[in-house]
Amino acid sequence: MLIRSTSGPADILPSEITSRALFEGRRRFLARSGLGLTAGAALWYGLGGEARAATARLSAAASPLSTDEALTGHEAVTSYNNFYEFGTDKGDPARNAHRMSTRPWTVTVEGLAARPRSFGIDELLKLAPLEERIYRLRCVEGWSMVVPWVGFPLAALLKAVEPLGSAKYVEFLTHYDPEIMLRRPILQWPYGEGLRMDEALHPLTILAVGLYGELLPNQNGAPIRLVVPWKYGFKSAKSITTIRLLERQPATAWRRTAPHEYGFYANVNPDVSHPRWSQATERRIGEIRKRPTLMFNGYAEQVASLYQGMDLRTYY
Amino acid sequence: MPNFLRAPSGAQIALLKAAVFFACLLPALDLALGWRNGTLGANPIETLTRASGEWTLRFLLITLAVSPLRRYSGLHWLLRLRRMLGLFAFTYAAAHFMAYIWLDQFFDWRAIAHDILDRPFIAVGFAAFVLLVPLAATSSKAAIRRLGGRRWQSLHRSVYAIAILAVIHFWWLVKADLLKPFIYALILAVLLGLRAWWRELERRRQLSVPPPAKHLDRPVIRIVQK
Repeated sequence: MLIRSTSGPADILPSEITSRALFEGRRRFLARSGLGLTAGAALWYGLGGEARAATARLSAAASPLSTDEALTGHEAVTSYNNFYEFGTDKGDPARNAHRMSTRPWTVTVEGLAARPRSFGIDELLKLAPLEERIYRLRCVEGWSMVVPWVGFPLAALLKAVEPLGSAKYVEFLTHYDPEIMLRRPILQWPYGEGLRMDEALHPLTILAVGLYGELLPNQNGAPIRLVVPWKYGFKSAKSITTIRLLERQPATAWRRTAPHEYGFYANVNPDVSHPRWSQATERRIGEIRKRPTLMFNGYAEQVASLYQGMDLRTYY
Repeated sequence: MPNFLRAPSGAQIALLKAAVFFACLLPALDLALGWRNGTLGANPIETLTRASGEWTLRFLLITLAVSPLRRYSGLHWLLRLRRMLGLFAFTYAAAHFMAYIWLDQFFDWRAIAHDILDRPFIAVGFAAFVLLVPLAATSSKAAIRRLGGRRWQSLHRSVYAIAILAVIHFWWLVKADLLKPFIYALILAVLLGLRAWWRELERRRQLSVPPPAKHLDRPVIRIVQK
């Protein structure tokens, strides 16, 4: 069993060492809970404050692919989200995503594979050893975070279904339930994203099932989401239900809506501006001044070779 | 309707003005306290920029609503609140502008110039703010006297264009969910549409009424239609 209680022996992950800002954030949180917001907090987490403290922790090994930069606080990571199915305000997902039930949950892998099939969420949690991956996350809107994800390489899942040689792209479709989500067609639901096969198989590309050592909160894309750290955040589809192996490049959600604003590749690139905002700098959540944005979000060493010979202004 | 609302005394007007003044300050107070207490969320600069921008738009629309409200309610003293409401629109616009220049860009003039030149939504917002400055600068009674009523009025009609630019600024900024800018656009369309309609009514009235001649001391040549 991969989930074990906090009382058991566990390796101390970097994310378990509470940063001062986070510690103080928790103090503030507790103080406010005392002032009568406990009910709201309970709604947020679907649990009482006490119950949350006892949530099972995920056992995950530290990874050499993690950054050692200061983590963005837990409260910010779980309260400032883009998950348009639950509302377009950054605070909406944290307010509304508790409506989504993430168990039972299956992910169907279909298309150009020798052994296409469905996976239950518990099976996915055991598919490969879980790792903690502390990644920079850069949103196309010009803000960024450092998030301690828990997950496993997408490659592990793809290998399990044995992709055919003709499979060149991977499409991700996410959960959509009009009963609990936005009905206005702001984007085409269900939200769809895609990667080229070599991007999907890259060791940096993971399926995350947790963050900060615990199961993913719903607003962060529970129970399983994609994380592709060198691309803008919208590529990392949340609450995935279907993965398709395709020969042709799939249509993707934001590109359908505004093709000259959002490309298929969406690699973080300070030199290619979004028509409505510059991408040269970013604001790290928790900081006041902006910082320069790094090529491929700082992962150039690992991924630049994937795009050799491509004009990144054309394939933005 | 209570009598003081229909025809308030000078003291009552002063009281009303003070009440409206403090009400208009509340959003700014709320944001300032939020900033100090760290309750503006994970991205306080974004919260501040968006909130000050949206309050600018609201105050522009409230200011434009004064004339219609006065006309249909008969409460003529409403007009005496209009200057203050307009100045609050300018105040929130200035706060919005400063939040962008100072907190967001930190006086990076090169980045700001690029933003204005390359990004239509910023250019439009910037234009709206620049056009608002002369209106704020000529809001005093002395300025009205200096300019003369007619010139002052035609200058201040640019508030219609400013409000349109402000709504476009918001419309172009939004990534996908256009519901909010659409609501503002709809309200603005009604407020501007009313003015177009009044103008039309006035034109028809002038066509139907023969020009009064009795106080003219010169002979009047009348052209009589056959």
